[in-house]
Amino acid sequence: MKLLWFHLMPYTELPDDFAERHESVWVDIDSRLFDPARGHRMYNEFLDELEHAAEVGFDAICVNEHHSNGYGLMPSPNLMAASLARRTHDAALCVMGNSLALYNPPTRVAEEMAMLDCMSGGRLIAGFPVGTPMDTCFAYGMNPSQLRARYYEAHDLVMRAWQEPDVFTFHGRFNQLRYVNIWPRPVQQPHPPVWIPGGGSVETWKWCAERDYVYSYLSYFGYKLGEATMRGFWQEMDALGKDRNPFRAGFLQFVGVAESRDEAMDLYREPAEYFYGRCLHLSPKWVGPPGYVTEATLRARVESQVAQAAQRGSAQAGMRSGPSDQMKEIVDRGYVIVGSPDEVAEQLRAVAVNLNVGHLMLLLQFGNMGADLTRHNTDLFARKVMPQLRDLFEDEWEDRWWPRPLGAADRATPRAVSS
Amino acid sequence: MSEASSGQGGSAPREYAVSVNGHDCRVWEAGDGEPLGYLAGLCGLPRWTPVLDRLAERRRVVVPSLPGFPGATGHDRLDDPLDWITATLDLLDGVGLAGADLVGVSVGATLAAEAAAMGGDVRRLVLCAPFGLFDAGEPPADPFARRPGSRPALCADPERLEALLARPESADEVEWQIQTARAEEAAARLLWPLGDTRLARRLHRVRCPTLVLWGGADAILPASYAKRFADAIAGPVEVESVEGAGHLVDLDAPGAVAERALRFLEAAG
Repeated sequence: MKLLWFHLMPYTELPDDFAERHESVWVDIDSRLFDPARGHRMYNEFLDELEHAAEVGFDAICVNEHHSNGYGLMPSPNLMAASLARRTHDAALCVMGNSLALYNPPTRVAEEMAMLDCMSGGRLIAGFPVGTPMDTCFAYGMNPSQLRARYYEAHDLVMRAWQEPDVFTFHGRFNQLRYVNIWPRPVQQPHPPVWIPGGGSVETWKWCAERDYVYSYLSYFGYKLGEATMRGFWQEMDALGKDRNPFRAGFLQFVGVAESRDEAMDLYREPAEYFYGRCLHLSPKWVGPPGYVTEATLRARVESQVAQAAQRGSAQAGMRSGPSDQMKEIVDRGYVIVGSPDEVAEQLRAVAVNLNVGHLMLLLQFGNMGADLTRHNTDLFARKVMPQLRDLFEDEWEDRWWPRPLGAADRATPRAVSS
Repeated sequence: MSEASSGQGGSAPREYAVSVNGHDCRVWEAGDGEPLGYLAGLCGLPRWTPVLDRLAERRRVVVPSLPGFPGATGHDRLDDPLDWITATLDLLDGVGLAGADLVGVSVGATLAAEAAAMGGDVRRLVLCAPFGLFDAGEPPADPFARRPGSRPALCADPERLEALLARPESADEVEWQIQTARAEEAAARLLWPLGDTRLARRLHRVRCPTLVLWGGADAILPASYAKRFADAIAGPVEVESVEGAGHLVDLDAPGAVAERALRFLEAAG
């Protein structure tokens, strides 16, 4: 089992009345809410936390990409990964990831990731999300009807740029380049492991299976709601004749560890309610631009809604009750797993087995959690939870999707920094 | 799945298909006399509408569906305005509208203007609230950023829009929703993100007499854009406002639109 430490890098000082006075945390969030002096503190604190997680033994540290977003301060995850490459030694660097259609030309992704792979000595995991509607269509003006086609073409260009040894011409529908020849090239051959953070569409699952990529379900709503998606994923793998190697999959789970469940509820209440109340305060007008969802996926959704409505005879059928921002529901619904180390370990083991996931991405900093509590959560997890989970799956399955860095003898040691 | 029954008095329109890029595009026709092409606006024509009946009283109305709009697929092959213009010209040729009058509404008017500018043979042109221009000082509203399941503010009278979009009893629920979503995707595919197709660079090539109609209550495109169109079009232009009508002028005020269009098209000279 691999345990990855994921940071969203949220702005931790949104006002208490943010949800009441502001319409959205994303796209048109008031820029005046961002104080660069506080941002300076946050970025440095968050990078400290990621480095610390690497030091205490997490298998990987993760960064991601968002734009115009109050809960995700990384428009460029590669900048973060570059800093982390220098200041960590063994942990894998999971860039989760580069939203391919937003890089012009997509060759840039191939280049920057090759740089990161070289700088880190071959520790990169290359994540390629399609990107949310907010990030892609509204913040970056991408045509929702073209986004996926552009994404797939960008993917093809990146994979060729990494692997073709000679200069080649790329004659694409959206990208036309006469001389593609990236310099540097990645350490990992034929290329770094590719992970795809996706939603629940069958098309994505099929594509991951065909290309032998890891499918990562990055839901903020935890294992109870994630179960259905992962069940669907494994059914599709069965149908395609793929083995049930849990390392084909990744899953995101918020966790809060303390001495006891009661203490955990107490300690993690505010950060959790901040995340689900403020960070996820999103205007619905941004979530569904026309064409973002493929017609096939839309058809499946509509068919399902129509069938449910027929069963229940209600116009409200198909609509779950909205996400909660209250700690009791947050925990009851499984958005956040809290408890003593043993309780957390037991629950996470069950999650990993039930969802059949070998890569657990853990959010141990969330919401407005400060440095002290983040460190406490991280250290307690590393000392008392991690040892109980490490062995899972290791005997039966090989993780074919993990970085293979240069050997110790070939690795550089960055100079120490004197203050 | 689309509703071809007409309003009061008329029989159902004739229906056939023409092929554009290998995709079938539905064509509805009604009435007799000189042909009059009609390119519909946002949402397309999931059903026949009252303005078409009025126009069919005096002309042979020919109503082709643009790719992706109800009745036609193939929008996913059109990557930029030039592809859309080509498809529109192909469509107009396919239904034999060369040399005919052409009425366009909203996104349909955009492509009608583009076709007229780019070599399409248009005798007289009626443009009702076309997209295609953009002025940062007075930008259009974003018709696409809406809560899922909500209706866009395309009509001054929301009941008129509902009358266009509400699923008829006979239509399959799933297919109707897909059709509606596809029409929005097709429009977004052409217009994203600002509705600027760079039509401003080509309007000077529109040399035919043109009538520009705009709803006085258009919540999407500023009424001031009518003058921008008028100033840029080379041919003789008339501009008229349709009091109280929203963006889809033909839905809000079918009688007024039909009357003014026919009057303009039949004027001497």
